[in-house]
Amino acid sequence: MDERFSAAVRLLPDYLSQHVLLSAAALALGLLVSLPLVVIASRRAAVRWPVLGFASVVQTVPSLALLALFYPLLLALSSASAYLFGYRFSALGFLPSLLALTLYSMLPILRNGVTGLMNVDRAIVEAARGVGMTERQRLLRVELPLAAPVLMAGIRTAAVWVIGAATLSTPVGQTSLGNFIFSGLQVENWVAVLFGCAAAVALAMATDQLLALVESGVKKRAPLRIWIGVALLLLGVLAAAAVHLGGARKATYVVGAKNFSEQYILADLISGAIRKGGHVASTRVDLGSVIAFRALSNNDIDVYVDYSGTVWANVLGRKDWPPRAQMVQEMRTALRQEYGVVLLGTLGFENAYALAMRRDRAESLGIGTITDLAQHAPELALGGDFEFFSRPEWRALRERYGLTFRQMRQYQPTFMYRALASRQVDVISAFSSDGRIAADHLLVLQDPLHVIPPYDAIVLICPARANDPVLRKALEPLLGAIPIELMRQANYSVDRDNDKKSPVQAAQWLSSAAHIR
Amino acid sequence: MISLRQVSKSFDGGRTFAVREVTLEVAERAFVAIIGDSGSGKTTLLKMINRLVDAEGGTVVVAGKPVDADAPYSLRRRIGYVFQGIGLFPHLNVAENIGITPRLLGWAEADIRARVAELIDLVSLPRSYLERMPSELSGGQQQRVGVARSLAARPSIMLMDEPFGALDPITRDTLGAEYRHLHEQMGLTTVMVTHDVMEAVLLSDRIIVMRQGAIVADGQPHDLLLTHPDPGVHALMDMPRRQAERVRALMQDRTHRG
Repeated sequence: MDERFSAAVRLLPDYLSQHVLLSAAALALGLLVSLPLVVIASRRAAVRWPVLGFASVVQTVPSLALLALFYPLLLALSSASAYLFGYRFSALGFLPSLLALTLYSMLPILRNGVTGLMNVDRAIVEAARGVGMTERQRLLRVELPLAAPVLMAGIRTAAVWVIGAATLSTPVGQTSLGNFIFSGLQVENWVAVLFGCAAAVALAMATDQLLALVESGVKKRAPLRIWIGVALLLLGVLAAAAVHLGGARKATYVVGAKNFSEQYILADLISGAIRKGGHVASTRVDLGSVIAFRALSNNDIDVYVDYSGTVWANVLGRKDWPPRAQMVQEMRTALRQEYGVVLLGTLGFENAYALAMRRDRAESLGIGTITDLAQHAPELALGGDFEFFSRPEWRALRERYGLTFRQMRQYQPTFMYRALASRQVDVISAFSSDGRIAADHLLVLQDPLHVIPPYDAIVLICPARANDPVLRKALEPLLGAIPIELMRQANYSVDRDNDKKSPVQAAQWLSSAAHIR
Repeated sequence: MISLRQVSKSFDGGRTFAVREVTLEVAERAFVAIIGDSGSGKTTLLKMINRLVDAEGGTVVVAGKPVDADAPYSLRRRIGYVFQGIGLFPHLNVAENIGITPRLLGWAEADIRARVAELIDLVSLPRSYLERMPSELSGGQQQRVGVARSLAARPSIMLMDEPFGALDPITRDTLGAEYRHLHEQMGLTTVMVTHDVMEAVLLSDRIIVMRQGAIVADGQPHDLLLTHPDPGVHALMDMPRRQAERVRALMQDRTHRG
């Protein structure tokens, strides 16, 4: 059996159980909030239009954005609660996913519920009043039973939507079947992507069929069908809860990672180091670039690797670019003071924008630095990714070195490397730790004027673990231990198409190749 | 038994009135028919008695007690109500439909079952129908169930709003006659709204004619049929008499030829 497939199967119980629990909780909460609203809205037009309007607006917000928006909102609430009550809750993972999916589930329940109640035959409503029912009796004995089939159809729609949208909770740190899809997309592991999609579809279809059974029971007034459907649904949720509670020895340390291969490898490297010391660690991958630091400062994750230039500009909002050592020093102080975050140290390589050439071409022209390049640039063609030419790094390079190229072209990254290989361009913009630099025998040009800001890989620790001896003991051997060449090889082993390695395998290789004890 | 004093109702905040300062006394065991054009206010007047419509101004007293003394639902449980829409509960079977008001009143299940059996006999339906759903019955059978349901909690007052209006003529005639019999037998006080003058003439002891929210005639069928000073009322009441005369003439004609 394909190794990638069996790896996916091993992860399935964890991902599926969390997906089921999240979806079930969101649907249950959605029902709990929507049903009273349905009753009120069907009685009062003044409530009906705002409620249905709001639900429709929510539906038009892309689900990924909805999930992402809840994170800063909860973070602010968490800070407020810490300030007011001294209690801080996790703004990452389950809670934002639950709230966003709950909102998402409400429209079909509200719309169908209100339609169902409003479409109850007026003669029947008059009869209910005429025989002497109270408002409540009329609702419970007549209107709700008659509206139930339409309402159930809405609940079915909501369930399918929620199960589908729950795959998008991965980037806000909630494990779901989306983990297969997001990680698979990044390292081009299509088996994992397809596996994740198929699992989500199968779950949605199974749920839909069970709810269909309940719906037909409601419609035909066959209680047995209703009970079988409800019992099987509950059984599924209970099984998921059992798997989740049984399987999860509560992780003591959570290692975060952003959403690209290098980050996956480093997260596995760190969690492996923690486990070597006999402690429990788990990873939380595919965090959005901005979310990762916020999650760390809020103690939602314990440790992750970021890059000095990114933190300097995006987190601290600094516009100046002091020399490398000074920058790390200042950043260490500022992060500690402003966020309580500990900058433990650098790993030894950087992942910065760089200019790269084919080694043979560079040697034949006698180019080793960007200063050398400036003399030949008017005869050469430069290729960049979509972002490069609008980045401040490029502006700085052009001005400081006086670069003018014969031609400048934009490429999707894969095609950019091919264009360099086939000599359509002579120089490209690259990330310095990209595996293809080693694989394609490229030369990264030196930057003697230090125009490109440093993007050293730095290890950051959350405030609550600032002086944690276990973490320090596990992480200190990594500091300064990873040269750029090894990181490139590790990245390439995950990114290449043939003999592809998993991030865990690459992390193991990196650990032994770098002689980390 | 029923007393309405100076009652009014406007559905547009007082610009026009569906019912305007109407006073009406209904004696115990009376069978009163209210007739009039659509929009004359007859249904509104009827619904004021069981507070499906609340009167604005004036007082409504039923069985010696103002109707707003209790919650509307407790008043309605003491008054039978049958209407053209029938309104059987489609998710309940015939027995459950008939037993609904006793159940709301908290009767014992055995009493409810006995009462339901008694009522299905009373409205001349086979007992096997008790297990059926309303959708399995014809229109006439449905309204028999409707009548049985309204009688279930032994009300002394029955309000009927075009009760047989949607039924075919033969069923309408049969059901009307049967109900008149029940009215006598059980000593009911009945107020029936109808647009069918013939039905009013044949069933009731007293006819009230309404126009534009007011009562324009009030009397025994016999007297109203003879003559009335109001030309509108005269024309209305003239119709059944002329129909009857035409039918009689037609039959005599046939007899002569035969």
